[in-house]
Amino acid sequence: MKIGENIKLYLKYASVCTQSIMQYKVSFFLMITARFMISFCELAAIRFLFDGLTRIKGYTYGDILLCFAIVQMSFTFAELFGNGFKTFSGMVRKGEFDRMMLRPRSLILQVMGSRFELGRTGPLLTAVITLALGIRHSRVTWDMAAVWTITAMTVGGTLLFIGLFILEASFCFFSIEDTSLINVLTYGAKSHGKYPIDIYGRGILRFCTYIIPYTLFQYYPLQFLLGKAQDWYLPLCPLGTVVFWLVCHAVWRYGVKHYKSCGS
Amino acid sequence: MRKYYDFFKLRFATGIQYRMASVTALTTQLIWGLMECLAYKAVAEASGGSMPMDYSSIVQYIWLKEALYVFFNTWSSDNELFSMITSGDIAYELCRPLSIYSMWFSRITGARIAETLLRCVPVLICAFLMPRPYRMTLPASGAAFMFFLAALFLALGITITFCMLVYMLCFFTIAPQGWRMVLTGAVEFLSGNVIPLPFFPKKYLFLVELSPFAYMQNVPFRIYSGDLAGSGIYPYILKQIFWLAALLAAGTALWKCAEKRMVIQGG
Repeated sequence: MKIGENIKLYLKYASVCTQSIMQYKVSFFLMITARFMISFCELAAIRFLFDGLTRIKGYTYGDILLCFAIVQMSFTFAELFGNGFKTFSGMVRKGEFDRMMLRPRSLILQVMGSRFELGRTGPLLTAVITLALGIRHSRVTWDMAAVWTITAMTVGGTLLFIGLFILEASFCFFSIEDTSLINVLTYGAKSHGKYPIDIYGRGILRFCTYIIPYTLFQYYPLQFLLGKAQDWYLPLCPLGTVVFWLVCHAVWRYGVKHYKSCGS
Repeated sequence: MRKYYDFFKLRFATGIQYRMASVTALTTQLIWGLMECLAYKAVAEASGGSMPMDYSSIVQYIWLKEALYVFFNTWSSDNELFSMITSGDIAYELCRPLSIYSMWFSRITGARIAETLLRCVPVLICAFLMPRPYRMTLPASGAAFMFFLAALFLALGITITFCMLVYMLCFFTIAPQGWRMVLTGAVEFLSGNVIPLPFFPKKYLFLVELSPFAYMQNVPFRIYSGDLAGSGIYPYILKQIFWLAALLAAGTALWKCAEKRMVIQGG
């Protein structure tokens, strides 16, 4: 009952946001085109770099494309749904968040809903093209396990990135300083995560496993997908991002509890 | 000239204010640069020495790109100017007995140089202290360094005149954000910010070199890293001068056109 109501409310939010963006149609289409183009350039960059190479650290062109597509999709979905957290500091400053707290509805829902931006979906097109190219080039055997792994990786990645956005927003409760440092963890992971993480060496791989668990949705399930390892638990790794998300959520809850309005 | 210098100074002083932001920026850029170095290392190992640029040149290129990020960034722009145009505050600017084009040009240049000075020194110091294969080194010769400096400022000029064109575009459209994103996104790729231009296949590279974008960061960074050397430098510098003049002419012409048809509504 309550979940159904929340979904309905979220859809309402999404439709209102979309309507308001649609008032500037040309701008909207240019935004989508621009975002598509930027991500498409990244695809072209991979193509150019791979010119004349057969494999980088054991990964073929197709393998890298699959990895790029999955990370790109996760990040796009995360930006689409979690955009509110990215602009959260503005909401606090303008007193918008104070108003939200007065309403008897979930805060997360309101923050996420109020900044739903359809224009963010541009890179999705590149991701789909890349996925198709990657499927054609790579040597993945397509069975239920592979389909599950790709879906789980995408959903897991989305959760992890939204978790990072929530973490970034939570910092607004504790500090008025610039929180852009966390951009390295989000944008950095998006642009550098297009390659399987072990390309960067052992140190980075460790960081991306124990500090911020990117490997849960990227490196480990990818090993299974590409047939480099057969362990049964590898395709289940993306489920671990739920735990990471819960940790971020706990930080958020703690922050909200100790939030003092600055009274604007 | 004096007046324009003052605008330069004003923005310079404002730019210096944000010190904490520069600490986070430093960390971000170091991590970013290091990740890129590691990625190209993997590519270099895979190609077995047959890359279009050698690895040490790429490392120089990456660190310069990080250190001088603000110089060649078409992405972040002076939002005050955009809001001036949309809110009508431009009327005040028009009241001043100055050329708006030159005034804005000086304030953008001032802001960029201030921010770069703040940011580049710590990034460069760290880059020179990196472990061996990822370390930044001095340019091959003093002459190369002089060419680098000349090309650097020409490239800065080209980038800013291009940005001025984008600002001028705002006089002709209500919602400039979309156009801006399309243009800056294209520039980022074509100017060699995503991957260095030598990695482009020949036929694409030929096309890119017909545009002004190949004469932005591409030229100074490749001169410093030794990828462009000797007499190969001259045509690039000449084309830089040509594009700077062409963009400057286009910008001022567009401004004249905008000035004529500008309507400020009430307020």
